[in-house]
Amino acid sequence: MRTRLILWGIAALLLMALPPLVIALGQPYYVDLVRRILILAIAAISLNLILGYGGLLSFGHAAYLGIGAYAVGILGFYGISNGWIHLLVAIGASALVAAAIGAVSIRTSGIYFIMITLAFTQMLYYLGISLDVYGGDDGMRLRSKSQFAGLVDLRDPVAFYYVALGVMLLFVFLTYRIVNSRFGMLLRAAKSNEARSRAIGFSPYPYRLAAFIIAGAMCGVAGALYANHTNYITPGLMAWHQSGEMMFMVILGGIASTAGPVLGTFALLLIEELLKGWTEHWQVILGPLLVLSVVFFRRGLAGIFFKPDA
Amino acid sequence: MLEVKGLCKSFGALRASDGIDFHVAEGETHALIGPNGAGKTTFISQLAGNLRPDAGRIRFAGEDITALSAPKRSRKGLARSFQITSVYPGFTALENVALAVQARSGHSFRFWRDARSDPALTGPARQVLEEVGLKERMNVLAGNLAHGEQRQLEVAMALATRPRLLLLDEPMAGMGIDESQHMIGLLASLKRRQTIVLVEHDMDAVFRLADRISVLVYGRVIASDSPEKIKMNQEVRRAYLGEDA
Repeated sequence: MRTRLILWGIAALLLMALPPLVIALGQPYYVDLVRRILILAIAAISLNLILGYGGLLSFGHAAYLGIGAYAVGILGFYGISNGWIHLLVAIGASALVAAAIGAVSIRTSGIYFIMITLAFTQMLYYLGISLDVYGGDDGMRLRSKSQFAGLVDLRDPVAFYYVALGVMLLFVFLTYRIVNSRFGMLLRAAKSNEARSRAIGFSPYPYRLAAFIIAGAMCGVAGALYANHTNYITPGLMAWHQSGEMMFMVILGGIASTAGPVLGTFALLLIEELLKGWTEHWQVILGPLLVLSVVFFRRGLAGIFFKPDA
Repeated sequence: MLEVKGLCKSFGALRASDGIDFHVAEGETHALIGPNGAGKTTFISQLAGNLRPDAGRIRFAGEDITALSAPKRSRKGLARSFQITSVYPGFTALENVALAVQARSGHSFRFWRDARSDPALTGPARQVLEEVGLKERMNVLAGNLAHGEQRQLEVAMALATRPRLLLLDEPMAGMGIDESQHMIGLLASLKRRQTIVLVEHDMDAVFRLADRISVLVYGRVIASDSPEKIKMNQEVRRAYLGEDA
């Protein structure tokens, strides 16, 4: 417990020190890169709540990334640039869609659950393509970034970086609290042994649904930040390979561990970045690397440092 | 306390429960015996709500529970243990029991406070672990406990829900002699204050613990009586105790 806290402290300090360091070295591009990683790590953290702790293999988590991003884009399209309204709508819309998708899909399990979550997200993807007002297939440019008057200006790349870092650390902490609360214990217990949970008097459904909604809402925040990061929103955010990549971040990092999704996102995106610099056929190298990592690190990267939580 | 009438359950052509009538009085330890394949586990699963009967009624504490789900029955006070050990292997013994305590303490939409240091959960859990003799092992992961200890843990989890009726499906299954003796001792200490339905193959345990015995053969209860009379019953001897009686 103590060593974990120290490791987290060191990681947070390093991430805080990064912008002045890379700017001093004349490489401001890395602020942008790591900010993107931090934002996608938030999405991975949210997926880990249901995939890792809840055992719900959602293959459609990119839906909420897209909904959060479109919330910002569409509100901006109509001239609403207040960042708090952006966040509120991103969270509300993601939670609502997660409630609808979850209410249907959580009644199923195994391969059916995977297919239903995938199908719903593909539906949203095609909805995005068909919305010509908002750019259809080509996507839409963000008219202005979310504005948090007097608090922070997201146009400042370094300030935005610290916002992303702060939100990520906040979500790490929130998830840590949730999974160790009564709610979280029940969620993990139902994953571990559903028959036993039912026998002691729990029906897992309402708790799983609640976790699904929380995860969706958290990912909606990531989506809202991501729209501000790229300044451009396309339906591709909701495509199935985006969901797959998020699953990979979680699994590579180590499911059901606090640090796993963060480590996984950093590892995956940094390796991607590195390989892209070498060759345009970088996926040919990344694929086998991922296979090897899953074979050799059963508990993911976090398993190297920590014992898994449960 | 428990009243079962005309319970039927078929799997294809196999009639696993063929019109079972079964009564358990408050405070008694009622053993259910029968040869392999007699339908004991099918019957227990219907009592606990894991299987839905094709016909018949189950009344528990004056209420018809035939249509209730397993979690609802558990909250009404019907707790079960499984024939094949069923615990949470990745959680400690204490956490296993604390989860059972949590199950009976209202809803679990509590997102903030650390459940593992909540005395409202760990207090009662420790007490139950002490009762079953697992207190020294409470911080061991359930998956790392010995088989006999896991069986004790199952009983502890059932007890922690504060049941009115305890359904134990072969609690001695797969145990060595010492472990069995320990479990019999535990059940004997429970029997004074707990209504128990005990499914068991170990005849030594059954005759030591049971106040009444029902004999299930081919999905039917062929006899239900005191242990002495069951021992004498010709039909039972033929059908079950047969070769060694």
